[in-house]
Amino acid sequence: MMVASALRDRYEVAVVGAGPAGLAAAALCARAGLTCILFDDQANPGGQIYRGVTNSPFDRGSVLGADYWRGESLVRAALGSGAHYVSGASVWGLLRENEIAVSLGGGTRQIRAARIILATGAIERPFPIQGWTLPGVMTAGAAQVLLKSSALVPTGRTLLAGCGPLLWLLAWQYLNVGVRLDAILDTTLAANWRRALRHAATFAASPYLAKGLRLMFDVRRAVRVIAGVVEIAAEGGERIEAVTYRTARGRFERLPADMLLLHQGVVPNVNLAMSANVAHRWNDMQLCWVPCVDSYGSTTVPHIAVAGDGASIAGAEAAEARGRLAAVAAIRAHRREFPVSEEERVARQSLDRYERGRAFLDRLYQPAPNFRRPRGDTVVCRCEEVTAQQVLETAALGCAGPNQMKAFLRCGMGPCQGRFCGLTVTELMAEARGLPCAEIGYYRLRPPVKPITLAEIASLPTDEAAVKAVARE
Amino acid sequence: MLLSAHDDSMFRPLIKERGLSLTIFIDGTATLARHGDTVAAAMLASGHVACRTTAVSGAPRGPYCLMGVCFDCLVTIDGSANRQGCMTSVRDGMRIETHRGKREYGT
Repeated sequence: MMVASALRDRYEVAVVGAGPAGLAAAALCARAGLTCILFDDQANPGGQIYRGVTNSPFDRGSVLGADYWRGESLVRAALGSGAHYVSGASVWGLLRENEIAVSLGGGTRQIRAARIILATGAIERPFPIQGWTLPGVMTAGAAQVLLKSSALVPTGRTLLAGCGPLLWLLAWQYLNVGVRLDAILDTTLAANWRRALRHAATFAASPYLAKGLRLMFDVRRAVRVIAGVVEIAAEGGERIEAVTYRTARGRFERLPADMLLLHQGVVPNVNLAMSANVAHRWNDMQLCWVPCVDSYGSTTVPHIAVAGDGASIAGAEAAEARGRLAAVAAIRAHRREFPVSEEERVARQSLDRYERGRAFLDRLYQPAPNFRRPRGDTVVCRCEEVTAQQVLETAALGCAGPNQMKAFLRCGMGPCQGRFCGLTVTELMAEARGLPCAEIGYYRLRPPVKPITLAEIASLPTDEAAVKAVARE
Repeated sequence: MLLSAHDDSMFRPLIKERGLSLTIFIDGTATLARHGDTVAAAMLASGHVACRTTAVSGAPRGPYCLMGVCFDCLVTIDGSANRQGCMTSVRDGMRIETHRGKREYGT
């Protein structure tokens, strides 16, 4: 394992995250001769979409789908580019003066980079239903991680629930390897189809159309798909035992279950960018916070760019293109002589191709309001076990926003730092106070964005000013 | 509340050749694990659907996201508490303890 002391003090570019955006950005920067470091918190490169691609338990083939193996060449290009790739490195803070604090091999190091490209990707959108904290209830993404990295598949009665492309992809991959699914509870709103179909003409030109239709066709032929699901609850004591659901037409059923896999889309992982004071705005279509970026991913903080799904959800191929565009901007700033206009042209062409029809997908898979704004004793904050009722009651008391809410309920103050409750709290408060989400705002995020030990903080170098700030006269 | 391991594991390996070459200790019990798996994956593969009980209500909790986001797979690894099981690779001889409620200090 890499140790913290093996790092240089300064790099021209630091990239955070070795998924498609980060790999593409690091490869291009290094190829242009920039000193470039690529940090990733996982053990192997690829991000979540290409997770395990370099050490897959599977032979190349159709089990995971051809798109997955595309990640191999991306990883190879980055590792062969001269970029300094560091795995198991958790970047926990972007501090003053271009400093990056990274936890690595049990210690923390601070390095400086003239430019920082954040490619921190996406996380699963919260899916707050009754019983979503029970053992045996996991995200579809988690199930896919077990499949890709460990070739582990569920043995018992397995249900998938929610909406979005990943749900269908996982179901299709499970079919390929002979996993029996008991049912898919499809929560896609019927009204979403009408809204989406207005954008069908542009989606017809999307490379995702043919793939999506194929997946859905194969899955629907093999699995019981229950459409129009408006309520889902997981039941159990020590672990999940059953799932109940209700459809818009009033059909109610209780299905025994050993595993429930939830998914209703992914959202940008904004914690690191927000903690560095990058301005964010509420995206009314994707219903999440996105950093304010220009067409190169440059943010409101001069030396910080955001590339890939961390900037807004558009998928792996678009992420790769946006990684290249962030690199183009870095190269223009530091290696003016290196020609990048052809790189930029190709990247923009690819981005255009893969963003085409995004409006269709965003509308079709916009999660239903009742799965975003729960009621009653459904847990909102998994870490501190705060319920929807508590959030709504506190809002009714006059609590102004998510930050004040912390003082009342500790909501968002657990180890996940709001990643699995923040969007729910913003939306619940917006509803309760009759204000737009943009006005309610989000948790104030600060470094460290990942829990670290006090010993790590204590080991950081101190300057005279820091000592003076705490020392007695 | 005790966390129990189930003989009927909820996951099975698709590829049998991925041998169980490592021994880890989960709450003191020797358990076989595969090289390259994370602690969370190894626990799930060996039937540990829950890895802790929560600090607030004592409810059982297992891994939820497996990508370092939810912190529900926190366990004690080789004496170090609150480690993310999904972000740590298994090593031969590793000692893993499940968390039971909130930590007691000074005991």
